[in-house]
Amino acid sequence: MRLLKLVPENTNLQFLKWRNIAMAISFLMIAGSIALVATRGLNLGVDFVGGQMVRVTFTEAPNLDDLRKRVDALGLGGSTIQQFGGPNEVTIRTSLPVGDEGASNRAATELKRAVSAGYPDAKFGSVDAVSGKVSGELFRTGTYAMVLAMIAISIYIWFRFEWQFGLGALFALFHDVSLTFGFFALTQLEFDLNIVAAVLTIIGYSLNDTIVVFDRIRENLRKYRKMEIIPILDLSLNETLARTMMTSLTMMIALLALLLWGPEVIFGFTAAMLLGIFIGTYSSVYMAAPILVWTKIGPHSFVPKDVGPVAGAERLSRRETTSEP
Amino acid sequence: MLDFPRWKIWLVALTVIVGVLFSVPSFLPERVVAQLPAAFQARINLGLDLSGGSHILLEADTSDVAKLRLETMEDTVRTEMRRNEPRISIGDISRRDGKLSFMVRDRSQVDAAVERIRALTQGAGMTGERDWNVEVVDSSTIVLTPTSSGLDAAVESAMEVATEVIRKRIDEMGTREPTIIRQGANRIVVQVPGLQNPEALKSLLGKTAKLEFKLVDASADPAELAQGRAPVGSQVLPYPTNPSGVPYIAVKRQVMISGDQLIDAQQGFDQQNNEPVVNIRFDGAGGRKFARVTTENVNRPFAIILDGTVLSAPNINEPILGGSAQISGSFTVASANELSIALRSGKLPVALTVVEERTVGPDLGADSIRKGVLAGGIATTAVLIFMIVTYGRFGVYANIALVVNIFLIVGIMAIFNATLTLPGIAGFVLTVGAAVDANVLINERIREEQRRGRGIIQTIEVGYKEASRAIFDANITNVIAAALMFYFGSGPIRGFAVVLTIGIVTSVFTAVTVSRLLVSSWLRRRPTTLTI
Repeated sequence: MRLLKLVPENTNLQFLKWRNIAMAISFLMIAGSIALVATRGLNLGVDFVGGQMVRVTFTEAPNLDDLRKRVDALGLGGSTIQQFGGPNEVTIRTSLPVGDEGASNRAATELKRAVSAGYPDAKFGSVDAVSGKVSGELFRTGTYAMVLAMIAISIYIWFRFEWQFGLGALFALFHDVSLTFGFFALTQLEFDLNIVAAVLTIIGYSLNDTIVVFDRIRENLRKYRKMEIIPILDLSLNETLARTMMTSLTMMIALLALLLWGPEVIFGFTAAMLLGIFIGTYSSVYMAAPILVWTKIGPHSFVPKDVGPVAGAERLSRRETTSEP
Repeated sequence: MLDFPRWKIWLVALTVIVGVLFSVPSFLPERVVAQLPAAFQARINLGLDLSGGSHILLEADTSDVAKLRLETMEDTVRTEMRRNEPRISIGDISRRDGKLSFMVRDRSQVDAAVERIRALTQGAGMTGERDWNVEVVDSSTIVLTPTSSGLDAAVESAMEVATEVIRKRIDEMGTREPTIIRQGANRIVVQVPGLQNPEALKSLLGKTAKLEFKLVDASADPAELAQGRAPVGSQVLPYPTNPSGVPYIAVKRQVMISGDQLIDAQQGFDQQNNEPVVNIRFDGAGGRKFARVTTENVNRPFAIILDGTVLSAPNINEPILGGSAQISGSFTVASANELSIALRSGKLPVALTVVEERTVGPDLGADSIRKGVLAGGIATTAVLIFMIVTYGRFGVYANIALVVNIFLIVGIMAIFNATLTLPGIAGFVLTVGAAVDANVLINERIREEQRRGRGIIQTIEVGYKEASRAIFDANITNVIAAALMFYFGSGPIRGFAVVLTIGIVTSVFTAVTVSRLLVSSWLRRRPTTLTI
């Protein structure tokens, strides 16, 4: 049986040759993302800005103008009506009245009544109502979680590898997270709590690739002491290329299935992860590795200054005799 | 590395069998599971976003507790000074800036007053601090300042009572399997599966249900009342359903009788006009008190006050002796029923507000499950095919590991009674895509080693060994991310983090150990060629 090989054997692509151009593009993308977030802003969901959101399913596509009039007549303010999934499914968002507790408790009832008055067959799929206080807390904890995850993972890599690798990982993560934010600013897909979970997942899985590449770089640095850094990086990237492509592909297959056939409610969540896996694959190659060149990593980074064998030194000597470079 | 001692094979097999066994109930309908032996009834919980239901977060206003505490302390101080001989005469009582201060008229009694008040304070917290600080200012004024540990203790006990009251109210509503949990210092989470009408629940939980009976002050001057001023010893309260059309009324400050002395409350109908009412019954002492007060005040109106608003102000036509009374006040059957539940379960020691509500209808939840399962099925099939096409025999091994992994995740979630949420389904599907990563790493490494021209056994051995390190490191980062998600996330996201973490652990086990076991049994047949 002939088996599929995504990447031909013994590739010798010179990834690092393009590192300056790739870096320039990456930095442009990061700057662009930041600019997008700054100018267009994120479409923050009720989780983060407070308010209420109701998902309604109608028997047939409703007249949006009429619906809008009915909702606006409630005087709750800040109302937006959006279609999601099919044409007869909409989400209605309004602010919650501030101060008067009773009124904010009743807001959902009033909204439902107003919609039902015009469309008796309307079915209410879900209601999310979040007060300003809780949304502020969710915003804070969400930010902490993302920042902490990036730092904690970089520190872990620093301990397992060297500080240069930790820095490379941090850069790659920063790149992935910025671009994800940029994507949400560009598409104006709703940014809610689920997206924070998606970003955290991206942080975890994007590093997957980076670590596999780093692990190979470390191995090759020990193996080929005399080789220049750039050929070592290129070699390591080529050696891991097949695996990088395979894994990214299986993950993307799974996520694509979820995006196309999965629940509409988590469309944004899945889209974020799909994009994140894609960006993460790129950043492992073009963000994390070039940092190692600039921070002047070399075989010396793994030779201890004091006595005692390096972890894996025994394998190292065995390797040098058995494998040809 | 490829040698498996017999005990190890059994251990792996046992783990797989146990995991698969425990996963089975979660795939079966509830009716079937109920007939299984108790040990196999554990199944995955569905989160509210899948089963449908309401999640309501209630918050108590702690300043409310502080205010109430100050009021109670004032009452206690007044009685304490009068109760024992010699009586201590006090004046200028004020509750400003959260402190209680009053003047002792006879300076020689200041020390005695301080002593009596000190006896009222209690130890609070671990530090041995009292719940109030007592000090004398200007040699005649006594100031009581609540300490922060005293206030914390008060909030704590108020929240405990509130949680109990909430539990009673929800039970009274006949809701099935509610979850009521304290969260932080001043919050309560209420989760009720399958609830269709969260509005009724919210309105019931938002009611303090402080019921009071007070005499109406008929002597009040209407012009003064309009200004919001009441005669001494009386107060103006809102009365939206006043038949006279004036939306307020003056009542005496003194409470005739309060809802604390109720033993029952039921929705009923007025015998004359057939309007919905709430019938209440007082306990023995309350009934006697009610009889006495109504006897003394025949032909005068009294006000029935709920949470500071007058519901109705009927006339006392004759003494009410049986200890029963009727609350009327423009009710519907539903609102009378709600009030009777609230009264039966007691008043909340502190007002609660809904700060977060998430309700998912059962249809949307069922739709999410259906689509999630469909997407998961397609994803799994696609990945399985892809792995076979790419790695042949080794792809089959990876696939067996993947399928075992899916059962293990479900089994472990069932054992721990973990909750599957909608993001959790996404986590599940993602795990399917990511779980083969370890096998991809191993298989690619085997391919590489094969190119180096090693023998079959050595190729595979080195492949597994070299790949393990990267597999370990890569999965640790995912666990870090998932742990932070669990720590900072709320409900559904925690569900996602749980699935992700379980999936990471089981996938390392299946992808490394299970697949290696399969490979080693193949090697035992001494294959001559290695196609990968």
